[in-house]
Amino acid sequence: MGKVSVVPFGPQHPVLPEPIHLDLVLEDEKVIEAVPSIGFVHRGLESLIVKKDYNEMVYVAERTCGICSFGHGMGYVEAVEKIMNVEIPARARYLRTIWMELSRMHSHLLWLGLLADAFGYESLFYHCWRIREQVLDMIEESTGGRVIFSVNKVGGVMKDIDAQMLGRFVEKLGDVEEQICAIRKNFLGDRTVQMRLCGVGVLTKKQAHDLGCAGPFGRASGIATDMRIRGYGAYADLDFEPIIRTDGDSYARCACRIDELLQSIDLIRQAAAKIPAGDLSVPVKGNPDGEYFMRIEQPRGEAVYYVKGSGKPYLNRLRIRTPTFANLAGLCETLKGADYADVPILVLTIDPCISCTER
Amino acid sequence: MVKCPENELIKIEKGELLSKCMELKKSGLRFSQACAAFYEGNYELSYSFADDQTYEYKTLRLTAGLKEEIPSVTDIIPTAVFYENEMAEMYGVKINMISLDYKNRLYRITEEAPLLPKEAKEAKEEKSAAQGSEAGKEEA
Amino acid sequence: MSTILNFTGTLLKNLVSKPVTKNYPEEPAVYPERSRGHIVIDVDQCISCGLCVRSCPPRCIKVDKNEGTWTINRFDCIACGYCASKCPKKCLSLVPGYQKPGRSKAAVTYKKSAEVMEAERKKAEEMAQRKAAAVKAAGEKKAAAQTGGQAAGAAAQVQAAQAQAAAPVKAPSENQ
Repeated sequence: MGKVSVVPFGPQHPVLPEPIHLDLVLEDEKVIEAVPSIGFVHRGLESLIVKKDYNEMVYVAERTCGICSFGHGMGYVEAVEKIMNVEIPARARYLRTIWMELSRMHSHLLWLGLLADAFGYESLFYHCWRIREQVLDMIEESTGGRVIFSVNKVGGVMKDIDAQMLGRFVEKLGDVEEQICAIRKNFLGDRTVQMRLCGVGVLTKKQAHDLGCAGPFGRASGIATDMRIRGYGAYADLDFEPIIRTDGDSYARCACRIDELLQSIDLIRQAAAKIPAGDLSVPVKGNPDGEYFMRIEQPRGEAVYYVKGSGKPYLNRLRIRTPTFANLAGLCETLKGADYADVPILVLTIDPCISCTER
Repeated sequence: MVKCPENELIKIEKGELLSKCMELKKSGLRFSQACAAFYEGNYELSYSFADDQTYEYKTLRLTAGLKEEIPSVTDIIPTAVFYENEMAEMYGVKINMISLDYKNRLYRITEEAPLLPKEAKEAKEEKSAAQGSEAGKEEA
Repeated sequence: MSTILNFTGTLLKNLVSKPVTKNYPEEPAVYPERSRGHIVIDVDQCISCGLCVRSCPPRCIKVDKNEGTWTINRFDCIACGYCASKCPKKCLSLVPGYQKPGRSKAAVTYKKSAEVMEAERKKAEEMAQRKAAAVKAAGEKKAAAQTGGQAAGAAAQVQAAQAQAAAPVKAPSENQ
């Protein structure tokens, strides 16, 4: 038996964009136990629910995260609409779907860049972010913000994407698709990348299920769950299948996310072809009364929004369960038995988003 | 291929919590989340389980008094560690025997039970003070 | 299927093509039309209703009706645009151009022009006069009803007297 030592990892670490601390118990070079601790950036957004009315809270919910911000706004708004029995116009549903997929693309491209950076492929990192910039430009042009969209409101959306702009986006996404196909080869076909990712941090389907893993992290282990199947937004009218890999290693997670990028482009194309004309929002009357668990598919996985209202403009409780919170347990499991040098990559493969975990 | 069944809310008693969790876990559901809320003087604890094939969502709802002690489900569902620690820290729910108890240090905040309304916090403290004095008398 | 050096083509291409980034600040940044930069106000249109104050999520707006001012702390503003969507006169709007950084948080105050203030003051006076006339008329009516000698009429008179008394009496008591 080798010598056992404890190495602190984080909260400041070159691969980590956000603070998470792990106590790694090492035996020689192998990790035998990892104890995570979070809480460096807790902001108490959930407690604001008693101070802001349910309309203002949309803007607070959006600011839960800087990457998947649109999803948080959408999840919250859909949950409130559900308890208020508001049926939003079809065009609003389609627009939300298009923005959600754009937001997924920019999140996944950001993650791919960070992954490339983690295994020391600087030029690929910059290339990914260069592609992401085009998606951000589309987002900025249509919503007015690069990361915080602020287009959702209870009852619909506030801004429209007209046919001309949508046509331009679809055309531009053709270019982006070509570029993504090119980096797909760079990621999945490159021997150096394969050596770094294949067989690293394997999580079996059973483990992933027991640990409650969500999103691409779970799908890479073969859990065929994708909340978009639930048909919120306009997903009910679009044709798609969850992307599943069965290997459960870091390579599978990377492949899963790259394929989801192409799937997102396909979904935007379908939505652009089917989008109906009509109003952007419906007037909403009254106050939310009741409770609902809304689940939507964020770029990082299943996010749960629990809202409870009691007929007042101020909701009683808003609870956001973010995908990273669910994946923390999975992360600790994959770290067991991993090489110390692989820890940064494994931490990145769950696509950690710590500020949304802590809210 | 839309699968969107209605969410199911199952009201349970404190004694049933562990057996119900065991039952749902055995039936192949994935533990999705647990959270606490404070409503009309009581804690409302929710433990949600998701079915990945049918997209059903079952939530166990436990209503507990401010001073009640809740058994931890971490023996059955190890993932619940973070959720239970969060409940204990944000709402001051007393949860016994969490397998990895962060002791109110999951989030590094100074305030105790920040999501609990002020009146509830006071009521809780009063109760515990009263109990403390009673216990003191008994000892004397 | 694995290869090595498959990124080299892209690299070489990038090496000879011109940069995708802009030479900022020599070249100015171009914001799209919808860019949520900062809030501007057409302050003369403002009726000081205070809806923007109440709806602002970070509470960074202040309105003073008597002074005719509208104050915003741009360092707290999150440029969400909720105030602009709530404004009944549509005098708030979000325009491109981000807030410049500063050494300390500072609020900017916009004041209505003297003409608008004067016009508003006159309007308010007119309204007050009309209101006073209406109250007086109501009081006379009630006095007429009271002559019927009914208990209800007496109660109404007491109420009317209170309403009339409330305004003039209250002001000096506040001064004390």
